[in-house]
Amino acid sequence: MNIAVCAKRVPLSGGRWELTADNLDIDTSGASVGFTTSPHEECAAEAAVQLVEQLGGSSTVITLGVADSEEQIRSLLAVGVDRGVIIETDGSEWDPQATASALTEQIKAGSPDGAYDLVLLGTEAADTADFQVGIRMAHALGWPVVTNVKGMTIDGGVARCERAVGSSREVYEVTLPAVITVKDGLNIPRYPSVPGRIKARKKPVDTVTAEKPAARLEKVRLDLAVEEARSAEILGTGVDAVPALVEIFKNIGVL
Amino acid sequence: MILVLVDHDRGVLDATSVQALTAARALDSDVEVLLVGSAGRDAVAELATYGADTIHLAVHDTLTDYAPLASAKAALELVSSRSPRGIFTTGTPRGNEVLAHIAAILDAPMAAEVLSVTFGDSGVHEVVRNRWGGNLTETARVHNDLLLAAFAPHAIRAENATGAGNVTEFTPNLDAADTAVRVIDRTGGAATGVGLAEARVIVSGGRGVGGPEGFDVIEQLADLLSGAVGCSRVVTSNGWRPHSEQVGQTGTKVAPDLYIACGISGATQHIAGCRTSKTIIAINTDKDAPIMGYAHYAVIGDAQTILPELVAATRAAKE
Repeated sequence: MNIAVCAKRVPLSGGRWELTADNLDIDTSGASVGFTTSPHEECAAEAAVQLVEQLGGSSTVITLGVADSEEQIRSLLAVGVDRGVIIETDGSEWDPQATASALTEQIKAGSPDGAYDLVLLGTEAADTADFQVGIRMAHALGWPVVTNVKGMTIDGGVARCERAVGSSREVYEVTLPAVITVKDGLNIPRYPSVPGRIKARKKPVDTVTAEKPAARLEKVRLDLAVEEARSAEILGTGVDAVPALVEIFKNIGVL
Repeated sequence: MILVLVDHDRGVLDATSVQALTAARALDSDVEVLLVGSAGRDAVAELATYGADTIHLAVHDTLTDYAPLASAKAALELVSSRSPRGIFTTGTPRGNEVLAHIAAILDAPMAAEVLSVTFGDSGVHEVVRNRWGGNLTETARVHNDLLLAAFAPHAIRAENATGAGNVTEFTPNLDAADTAVRVIDRTGGAATGVGLAEARVIVSGGRGVGGPEGFDVIEQLADLLSGAVGCSRVVTSNGWRPHSEQVGQTGTKVAPDLYIACGISGATQHIAGCRTSKTIIAINTDKDAPIMGYAHYAVIGDAQTILPELVAATRAAKE
């Protein structure tokens, strides 16, 4: 089993976002902002590692992003992914069509172990929420695609996928090679171990380039959501505030 | 004309998917709807109460259950025959998925998480859309004559209007590959109790409830308020509660009348899932926690101490 995981480096904030002066990006210069792998894709990487453990083969993480994306790639190598590829950008955003096209080229190129059997990625990225890159890749590759997957088993070249619909689950089956886009909750990603981190330093990470086409979904500006400036009315401290809470339950008609 | 893709599951109308119909009707007097699969006939009468006049029903022997690519192919036949200027869906998993198949086949841009649309002249349209689960909005230009837009769920309230509900059936050209990916089975029945997405009240716990046993009292409060239990991502990552209860950008997005966040700091990922709740109450030891900037009311203190008292007082108030 030769698996590609497409993962994205995204900013991580413990508090509110701040925007750059030109309103085009999140200001990542502040101390409270770090970077992480888009959460759905941490689950995609965990799934890839588990599948290789179970079925053999290898896994490759591919990211479109700045050179510093190596930090996120190394953290996925530390949990067991075998190698990484960075399609290096200058930090400007690629729209979903351009992203899908650059990632597809890497899938078509295959890994050192040969052609890919499976592409795993998040159903959507945490930051841009485009919900389309995996489906575009599948069409470009001529492969089937299942999205929003929260449960997956592979047997005899067939992936059985489940996705949550309300309280029940829909089941899909797809013959490999295929693209499967996953959701957080597919699994609980393991934490990297110390030996895992040490091994990750020696695993290969290649950097490639790609031509950026003009955006057809073109970002004009970002704004903070309007209702953000709220300040809670403090009802009190500790158990003394319990009567006030019960009063609110009555006032809004839930009691 | 705007074409709206409305979803049903085995004949039961998906009420969320109708929100895109309301969005389209506000922009254009000429709106047509696509339903896919013969079971869609059972959804027509209800769909008409949302102002649907012209409904295209795609019927084919192989369309026995939801198949995303087949739905996209059916819509593409209407693109050819009816020449819409936009295709709208609501961004449910299915709505996003079918629209993305259409976008991929046409090699056209698609905007997801859309809040509003302004049609332009010369093949450039403007949309405002959510990013970061609604913590940020993006204004974007979409460069294509046909505008493909998936509206953020619950960004628009579906409005009732009297529609003619005229149905035209057609048989799309489908081959085996178009239905190769389809629903082949369903597992798990209806859950007991109130589901998270439709609950009027949600009592949610985070790291501050201390551990899995801290949820006993959260369950009791949820029961008393006829509500559901929710939790933050750290809770599911720790294995304290199932992922189905996770509220947040990567869990379930909820919009109840009352959301009670107990021991939840309010990371952006969590806020993205509960920000549109009508009333938010935070119970937290830290008066400076980010959740305080989103909550309407707050109690400063330890949820583990306050919740048992709150359960007792709520029970007493009900008697």
